[in-house]
Parts: sequence; C-alpha cells; structure tokens
Amino acid sequence: MALLEITDLHATVGDREILKGISLTVDSGEVHAIMGPNGSGKSTLAQVLAGRELYAVTGGQVIYDGQDLLAMAPEDRARAGIFLAFQYPVEIPGVSNMYFLKAALNTIRKHRGLAELDAMDFLELVRDRMKVLDMDQALLNRPVNAGFSGGEKKRNEIFQMAVLEPRLAILDETDSGLDIDALRTVAGGVNALRSPERAMIVVTHYQRLLNYIVPDYVHVLAEGRIVKSGGKELALELEESGYAGLGILDEEEAVGKA
Amino acid sequence: MTAVAEQIGNWLESFTRQQPAAPWLQQLREAAFQRFVELGFPTTHDEEWRFTNVAPIARTNFVGHALACPPNSLPPEAQQHLAKHAAFDHHAFVALNTAFLQDVTYIHIPRGQVVEQPIQIVYEAAGGAEPAVAHPRTLIVVGADAQCSIVETYSGAGSYFTNAVTEIVAGSGSVVDHYKVQLESPAAFHVGAMFASLGRSANFTASSISLGGALVRNEVSVVLSEGTEATLNGLYLVNGSQHVDNHTSIDHAKPHGTSHELYKGILDGKASAVFNGRIIVRKDAQKTDSKQTNKNLVLSDEAVIDTKPELQIFADDVRCTHGATIGQLDAESMFYLQSRGIGKQDARSLLTYAFAQDIIDRVKVPSLKDSLERILFEKFHERAH
Repeated sequence: MALLEITDLHATVGDREILKGISLTVDSGEVHAIMGPNGSGKSTLAQVLAGRELYAVTGGQVIYDGQDLLAMAPEDRARAGIFLAFQYPVEIPGVSNMYFLKAALNTIRKHRGLAELDAMDFLELVRDRMKVLDMDQALLNRPVNAGFSGGEKKRNEIFQMAVLEPRLAILDETDSGLDIDALRTVAGGVNALRSPERAMIVVTHYQRLLNYIVPDYVHVLAEGRIVKSGGKELALELEESGYAGLGILDEEEAVGKA
Repeated sequence: MTAVAEQIGNWLESFTRQQPAAPWLQQLREAAFQRFVELGFPTTHDEEWRFTNVAPIARTNFVGHALACPPNSLPPEAQQHLAKHAAFDHHAFVALNTAFLQDVTYIHIPRGQVVEQPIQIVYEAAGGAEPAVAHPRTLIVVGADAQCSIVETYSGAGSYFTNAVTEIVAGSGSVVDHYKVQLESPAAFHVGAMFASLGRSANFTASSISLGGALVRNEVSVVLSEGTEATLNGLYLVNGSQHVDNHTSIDHAKPHGTSHELYKGILDGKASAVFNGRIIVRKDAQKTDSKQTNKNLVLSDEAVIDTKPELQIFADDVRCTHGATIGQLDAESMFYLQSRGIGKQDARSLLTYAFAQDIIDRVKVPSLKDSLERILFEKFHERAH
C-alpha cells in the first residue's frame, strides 16, 4: 500500500472551492513536485494535508499509512510522521526555539515508542543538524522565528524537519525568497534527508528549486486540479514554455500583462 | 441607609476596641476613621469603582485583626512620611487602613546606600473559622542616590480581607525597584494601594503581579518630579469567577519626566478584569514622555475586560501615547505548534505563557523571576490537563 493516497479531494475556504478533485499517490522513497501558478491550490493542498482548519474538506479521501488522515488532528498527523515546511513560518515571540523544538521532538518520539531525549542528547542532535544547514546556533535561544530574516525562517523549517525526521515531508514554496546560496544550502539539507523510508512533496512555483532537489515525479496543478503529470523532464518543459505553454493562465503573468 | 449604618457599625466596634496608641497616631487614626464614616464603602456609581463592586466586602462582618503586639514606635523621620503620601480624604479603603494603623513595616535606606540583595516583605493571612481582616501598612523611605529592590508578597489561606497600603518615598537620584506579588487565597478579598513620591532624576519601577484572590483591587499611584523615570509593569491572571481591578495613576508634576507602562492580562472562565490607566501631565511638566500599553488575552467567551486610558494633559510640549488591545490566541500560531506534534491544550498553554513572558522577563530579582516562571508554568499546565 502506498504511504499516501489522495482520492478526488475537494476543499473550500469560505464558499470558494479551491481544490476541485485532486488524486495523487505518493510512495515511500519518492519525491513528488507539485508545480502550478499562483492561486492554483498548491499551498491549499499542502495545508489541508497538514490539517489546517481554515480549509473545509468537502469531498474525497486521504489515506496515510493505512489511516484516514482527514479524521486526524494536526498534532496527530505530525506524530504519525507528517511534516509541513511552511511557506510563511509563524513568528511566536515568547517561546524559545529550543524549548519548542524539544517539546515537539519528545512528543513525537514518545508517540514512536522512543525514549525522550534529555537536554544533553537533544543539544548534540540539534548542533549536528544545524551544521548541515549552516545555521547560527544563537538562533536556538531566540523566540521561534521572531526577527528572523526570510532566509533564516526557511532554513529553520528545514532544520526542524531534520530534527523531527518525518515520513512524509511537505515543502511549501521553500524556495521563495531565497538567494541562490541559501537555496543551495536549503536544498542540500533537504537532499540529505532523502531516504527510501521517506517521501517528499515539494510545492513550488518555479522550476529553479528542482535543479537542486530533483524530483521523481512532477505534477502540474491548475485551478484546483492536476492537469498534467510526468517525470522530472516535465519541469524543464515548463521552464521552456511557461504555464502558458500548457494552456494555463498564470495570475501573476496575467497581472503583469494587464 | 440601615445597611450602611450596620456596615459602619461593625467597623466602629472594632475601632473602639483598638488599644490606644501614642497621641500623634491616635489623632491620625481618629481623623481617618471619621473620614471613612463620611465616605462609606464606594459603590459602582462612583466612577473610580464603576466596574468593581465591593459589596461583598462591605456586607461581611470581619473579625478584628489578630495582631496582639502593642503599637510599635516609629522613629520621628518615619512619622514625617507616614500617611503623607497615601491620602485618605477621597479613598475609603486607605482611610480604613489608616484608622486601624498599628504595626508599620518601615524600611529606610540611607542616602547613597546600595542594597544588593532584594528586601522581601511577606504578608501572610492565616485562615480562621471566621473571615478576618488585616490592614498591612508599609513605609519605604529611600535616601538620595540610594538603590534597592523590594518584593512585597501577599498570600494566605481561607477567607479573609487584606486591605494594604504602601507608601514609598524615593529620594533624588535613587533607583528603586518595587514588586508587588499578589498570591492571595482563592476566597480572599484584597485591596492594595501603593503611593510613591519620586524625587528628581529618580528611577523607579513598580511591578504588579496579580495572580490570586476572589475580588482584587490593585492601585499604583506615582508622582514624578523633574527628570524622573517611572516604569509600571503589570500582569494579571484571572480565571473562574475572579475579579481583578488595576487602577494606575502616573502624575507628571514636573518637566522632563518619562513614564513607561505595560500591563498585560490573561482572562479565562467567567472572570473579569479592569485596567484603568490615568496619566496626568501638569502645566509645568513640559517635555514629558509617556507611553502606556494594556494588552489582554481573552481565552474564553465569558470573560470580560474593561480597559480605559485616562489622559489629562495640561502641558503642550509633551509626547503621550497609549494603546489597548484585546485578543484571542492566534490561530496561525496554534496551527504551527500543532503541526509540529504539540497537542492543542499544550499549544494553548505555551502561547498563553508566551504572552506573559515579556512581563516576567522584566523582573530583575532572579529568585522572584524563577518562582514566577514556575507558578505560571504550573498554572497553565494545570489548565491544559
């Protein structure tokens, strides 16, 4: 059985339907890229999978590791191994990064039947992971994302992913706002986590990220539906001809032309 | 009227039963009691008490306070200050406290003296079969250029009424850090008024941490001189049917004064709270710089907060800002924490704790900071599980 099986998923925000029947199967060890213009529903799909209550699921089903994912609370999804790297990581003044991450890790470890890490072991683990992402250790003692630059926030997401070791990682526009050096570092962090036991869904608007995180499959999302699926060459094709080449209206491009 | 007469009657009985004091003190007590009788307990028709109904205090027949020791003798320099800063002519509770003045906790820091260790004053009410009343009185006189930190803690068990008055005189150039920690029992009434007269270029901080009590009023009143810097920090936590009223008054009497005020409240259950922040900038007080902020986190649908700034500005070259917010826990922050595996209730308590964090961070006495962190953590954790 596949790790994740999405069948005919519909979701709305308010009275607007955003996802209009998504079906997608993701297996362990695979990296799937979801591409599409702004407003196509990419981020909505990512957030629905993580359990954001802002969106109402109005149809379809999602089976994750044999369980009905949509019936699970966000924290239970995380404990079962789902991780969402946020497009816009939230700033939480007053909660230290260290405390937050230790609480998260130990909750997840407990769920997996592993012993909780003490302060020393935890510190050793995070230092190791920070090195991979070239992160300043001082960030650990700062409040979660508060006052972080855009790049630091994105790095922090991937760093959390490296510490929490999910089975299904969903990266929501992790490339947006990163300069090329930061993009390389972040992609290096992501690639280090690729493994036969782990699946990834990489959501992106631009093909650039996929030069560094090479996907096994590429899906193109438009107006809440997957309109085309293929191998990694599909991303290159999009790079050449743009979304317009597939007959898809890109809001951003359309606005630019208007 | 009968009810009022009855209320006063009980107090009159206790008043006449008091051991006689030295003539100067006896005179003070009698004047204060006379004023109390004239004023009576405030009602919600009184603007100052609009949101706080003290009827439960007024209608309780408290047993006299249990202090057995004879009135202590205050040194003459203390007599100079006692009841000079806490005016009782418009304040029934201050009048009542003064009428029952007996023991005074008197702290005097001589000129230029730097006291490194915090001074702890602990008022603990012992619970009895019948509700008792105590009128703790504190007088702190800090000489010019002296420095000290003072922690006043109020706690107790059972049902009782604490009616506290604290007077602080901070000499010119002094640095005074005052903390009031209100940890009264869940059944207690607490009315506490603090009055501080601040000298030229003094640096004064008053922190009010209000966590306990059933019906609570915390008053902080400071009068600034030229170049004085005053900081007022406050944190109030209410749950169940608790009511906490915070009234602050910052009087910029002279030029070049600075005041910063930050009060934060966390409300849950059917509790209610009040923040009323008065700032007076007198005609002479040019170049005043004053900032007031009140933020409230409301965790339930039934909790009620009344927040009101009260600015009286008579000078023209001043900077005064004020702002108040009332909000719930941020849904995005909740989702972020939950998406990392942290349970909903734990996420709530973590964010609630985070809301209070910046007030706790301002506590400069390490032992107090530690114990407040522990108390808050337990409070929120308890709520979560």
